[in-house]
Amino acid sequence: MPATTTSPARADRDDNPGRPRAGAPAAPARRRRRIPVPLVLLLPAAVVLIPLFGYPLYQLGLLSFLDFGQEQASGGVPARFVGLDNYRTLFGDRQFWDVLTQTVVFAGACVVGTLAVGAALAVLLTRVGKWPRLILMFAALGAWAAPAMTGATVWMFLFDTNLGLVNDVLGMDGHNWMYDKWPAFALVGAVVVWHSFPFVMITLYAGIQAIPGSVLEAARLDGASTWTTFRRVMLPMLRPILTIVVIQSVIWDFKVFTQVYVMTNGGGIAGQNLTLNVYAYQKAFAADDYSLGSAIGVVMTLILLAVTAVYIRALRRSGEAL
Amino acid sequence: MTSPVTSPVTSPVTSPATKTAARPAAGTRKPRTGRGRRLTGDRRIGRHLANTAAIIAAIVAAFPLYWMVLSALKPDDEINSAHPRPWTWAPTLDNFRNALGVSGFGRYFLNSLLVATVVVVLSAAIAFLAAVALTRFDFKFRTTILVMFLVAQMVPVEALTIPLFFLVRDMGDAVPQVGLSTLGSLMLVHLAFSLPFAIWMLRGFVAAVPDSLEEAARLDGANRFTILWRILFPLIAPGLAATSVFSFITAWNDFVFAKTFIIGNDDNRTLPSALLVFFKPDENDWGGIMAASTLMTVPVLIFFVLVQRHMVSGLGGAVKD
Repeated sequence: MPATTTSPARADRDDNPGRPRAGAPAAPARRRRRIPVPLVLLLPAAVVLIPLFGYPLYQLGLLSFLDFGQEQASGGVPARFVGLDNYRTLFGDRQFWDVLTQTVVFAGACVVGTLAVGAALAVLLTRVGKWPRLILMFAALGAWAAPAMTGATVWMFLFDTNLGLVNDVLGMDGHNWMYDKWPAFALVGAVVVWHSFPFVMITLYAGIQAIPGSVLEAARLDGASTWTTFRRVMLPMLRPILTIVVIQSVIWDFKVFTQVYVMTNGGGIAGQNLTLNVYAYQKAFAADDYSLGSAIGVVMTLILLAVTAVYIRALRRSGEAL
Repeated sequence: MTSPVTSPVTSPVTSPATKTAARPAAGTRKPRTGRGRRLTGDRRIGRHLANTAAIIAAIVAAFPLYWMVLSALKPDDEINSAHPRPWTWAPTLDNFRNALGVSGFGRYFLNSLLVATVVVVLSAAIAFLAAVALTRFDFKFRTTILVMFLVAQMVPVEALTIPLFFLVRDMGDAVPQVGLSTLGSLMLVHLAFSLPFAIWMLRGFVAAVPDSLEEAARLDGANRFTILWRILFPLIAPGLAATSVFSFITAWNDFVFAKTFIIGNDDNRTLPSALLVFFKPDENDWGGIMAASTLMTVPVLIFFVLVQRHMVSGLGGAVKD
């Protein structure tokens, strides 16, 4: 059967020319239009995105090659092209490398935390009754819906030095969680995980539900244990979704801005809690060095583009039709 | 935080005693042998543990929100007590009254609502047309454009505040309605940053509608815009609602643009940037902050609950297709 459909296909068509005529009409005629309808449909999106997304992106790159500070911004002094000077300054600055390192560590910890909590709860959801499931789903929805800003304020209040519930319960009255670098990062990370685990949980739960019961039944009949079923059957089937969830989390957590900015009051004591995003923002708007801020933004964009390239490859592999 | 949650999940996996017991749990209900009855009992305990763990996880996840609403309703002396109680016997709306009246949050709330509504409507309309173009037609740069929309979602938007600040400043010279310190400027940038995801997500919904329906309408003599408006639009309305949630959130939650653009005219602040002003490192009016946070969270929560089902399926569509 496969032999007749693969190799002699062309000869087949030559032999009976009546066959293509039978199936073909109507369909291709619609797809090939003279009037570029799709361009008309895309026009509104282009009108918004080219000036407000594309052009600023280009400007970001351009600024990073200029000397552009307060004087240039106010129009007093013309901007000067300085080539790679900003990048040289940046890469020669110890603080940049510190910030880059702690951004990677912070984002990595957030991703691991989010995935661990999200995946554990997704598995848990498959094993509970209807009501506990609905209650957990609803609670997760609440955490998901809470704006980053309010998440930050509420957690700050819970961990407040003098009035916070946590210090009272732990008997640590007067302890300031934001004083040291890593406890502060941990607290911000906890808020990030709280905000983002619902996406992982719900997506993975949907993925697990989509695995046909017959497959698991077959594994069970073959004598596979729960663990083996999980490792050898469920995990491979979930891999595409897992990849997407991981990469989405990497991208989101690398870009966390509001929580870091609000909770550490713009980067923490002496900038100890800066992440790349906040660092770029502070360089530009607090130190008035717009070109250096842009250079940091470019570095960040390039890192995220690399992650995105991996993402697109993963999407392709999982059979997404682009 | 995670330990009460994960233990019941991992225990059947790690402990060899329950490992065999968990096996029948996946499938048949009826016990086959005498041993089966004991396993059923084990299973019931496992189910019980899992239920308890799920409830605990739900309580932990929802607790910050509960604390927020509770604190917003607490009278001042309870807020400023060093030993906060997880309940209150004297709920009051004073904090809300202060936030809305004295601190002007009522105005900021309306500003946020106006910006978000405009963004949602425009973004839905534009994304709908673009999604149709990208799913129903084959043209030269289709894949390139799709990949661009995907890549656009990864761009660190905060870094773009630098060039956008100058762009908005210069636009203000030509069209004052979209210059610095205007709500118009926020509408424009939020629209731009919500579109790529909206288009990407809607694409899944449009693709799910079979071609044949449009084909039939065409044969009946409907023109292209009738088909778009009367056939396709109602069919993907749930998807549009789900997509709108994300556009709404982009606009409603935005902190960085609101903080950067609204500098001269305080009347045009939106909720997140107004909250930051409220937020003083040492002398926080926590009651007011919690009331304002509650006001900011409730609309999103309502929106989420309303379209929750479509949202999850939409994400599935966006993820898996």
